[in-house]
Amino acid sequence: MTSPELVLPKAPATRKGFVARALGNPVFLCGAIVLGLILLMAVFAPLIAPYDPLAQDMLNRTVSPIWLDGGDWAHPLGTDGLGRDYLSRIIYGARISLLIGVFTVITSGIIGTLMGVLAGYFGGRIDLVINFLIMTRLTLPVIMVALAVVAIFGGSLTVVVLVLGLLLWDRFAVVMRSAVMQIRNQEYIQAAQSMGYSTPKLLVKELLPNIFDRLAVIATFEMAHAILLEASLSFLGLGVQPPTPSWGLMVAEGRQYLLFDSWLILIPGAAICVLVLAINMMGDGLRDALAPENRN
Amino acid sequence: MLRYLMQRIGLALLVCVAVSLLAFTLLNASGDVAIAVAGEEATAAQIEEIREDLGLNRPLPVRYGEWLGNALQGDFGNSLFFRQPVAELIAYRLPNTLTLAVMALGVMLALSVPLGVAAALKPNSLLDRFAMLVAVMGQAMPTFWFALILIVIFSLTLGIAPPSGSETLGHFVLPAIALGYYSTPPMMRLIRQGMIEALSSDYIRTARAKGISSWKVVFKHALRNAVIPVVSLSAVQFGNMLGGSVVIETVFGINGLGFLAWESISRMDLPVVQAVLLIVAIFYVIMVLLADFINAWLDPRIRIQ
Repeated sequence: MTSPELVLPKAPATRKGFVARALGNPVFLCGAIVLGLILLMAVFAPLIAPYDPLAQDMLNRTVSPIWLDGGDWAHPLGTDGLGRDYLSRIIYGARISLLIGVFTVITSGIIGTLMGVLAGYFGGRIDLVINFLIMTRLTLPVIMVALAVVAIFGGSLTVVVLVLGLLLWDRFAVVMRSAVMQIRNQEYIQAAQSMGYSTPKLLVKELLPNIFDRLAVIATFEMAHAILLEASLSFLGLGVQPPTPSWGLMVAEGRQYLLFDSWLILIPGAAICVLVLAINMMGDGLRDALAPENRN
Repeated sequence: MLRYLMQRIGLALLVCVAVSLLAFTLLNASGDVAIAVAGEEATAAQIEEIREDLGLNRPLPVRYGEWLGNALQGDFGNSLFFRQPVAELIAYRLPNTLTLAVMALGVMLALSVPLGVAAALKPNSLLDRFAMLVAVMGQAMPTFWFALILIVIFSLTLGIAPPSGSETLGHFVLPAIALGYYSTPPMMRLIRQGMIEALSSDYIRTARAKGISSWKVVFKHALRNAVIPVVSLSAVQFGNMLGGSVVIETVFGINGLGFLAWESISRMDLPVVQAVLLIVAIFYVIMVLLADFINAWLDPRIRIQ
């Protein structure tokens, strides 16, 4: 029998160094700061927002933002076609984007990681079946399927998160599969096997910590992807429903003022851009920290 | 090689069947089409009649078998809204979407190849940074927003491009830029990475040592090897563009497959939605197959495995 004190040969210790290296990466740090600010804005929206994002004011419709003629400090970013304060709507809109991004990635990350790990670790028939599932998923056009599902089940936040989560697991599965395949035959895994670790324990305690860094990289990029998709769905009218302040929906609502008040589409679009850019920068930074040799 | 071909084709067929099954169950198992078709003021008897008419009261597997059988013969049923065969609707719109996708592919290659090669020749130079900026912005901007900005600048302000419609090739220029730019970043990264690897390989050093001009080294020797993954990614991206054209076609009012899908989804015109999903999926599968074959043909190492 093995004694409980027996220590397994240590896995390549990269995780701590990985986080430290990521924080030392200026690109990552820059993205993290911007994302942190947006996060604070979303959490404390009721304290920051000067107005109720749903309150209409028919006497003050399409007031220009301060940098244009007719702008006024009462509404720094102006008001929309129903007289709602644009700054307040942008602040509350961050909540929608972040909620969608985080919960979609949690859903798709769990599904994809589970599939990838199973396929990579067991190989054989399980691998064949999961590969087939990945191929089938890649063949489905994401936007069309998501639009159809929202049309059938209605455009609530939950439906959008679920449909995106069920559609965006493919990259997790592909990357996890190949990562696990690489690791599977390394000594520390074989050592754990020979010590009689049960398979679930082995997967969770030995394998997962060693693919965690790669998981983090995909999670950031997929979060950005989910946020962009929600914006597209809401823009097409089959995502989050009005009067909820979703940035994509705000662009759609601003469309009829395209000719004279194009700032109505510029501002929410720029907000999406900044958020996605910040998340992608974190992803790039993480990727560089993960594989410094690829940076050239 | 033949065995490899047959395996890939068999798998592709299975994927198509799986997609058709998914699309069918998803769209039919939920929601009652008869109620949607009958409208809000219909009586229970009227709804029942419509259900009978459309054959909706039969079991799902029977309906799926019938639908697939007919679809294989090119009969996708009738649109509930247009009262017209779905196949005709699609045949009319498909050319517009294909035109858009081909032009977008052109835009993507025109942007990504020169920028990717230039960035690889001088990593971390100003040009490389610029190429990175182009890529990073392309990944962060929502397509519909970029499309609207193009309309504001080129149609409404400068007046040099039509804002919507699909009558002439000129109508496709802005949409192709919007759709093409969106798929540029991954391609550019791939070309840059491939060129950097190729340029630092032994055979390039040998070629340089033999005194071959650096122009020829870059374009004849290095690019040729870097281009293998590019060809297959282009095929896959082309397949993606057909499905991803929904947003762009809606913004620019292009009467194509994506616009048809969006309209039909909004109206719950399920026969049309099913058919479009299947056709887009088949196109994608064909493009992926094509990519595999081109790869095997260009790169003997894959064939031999």
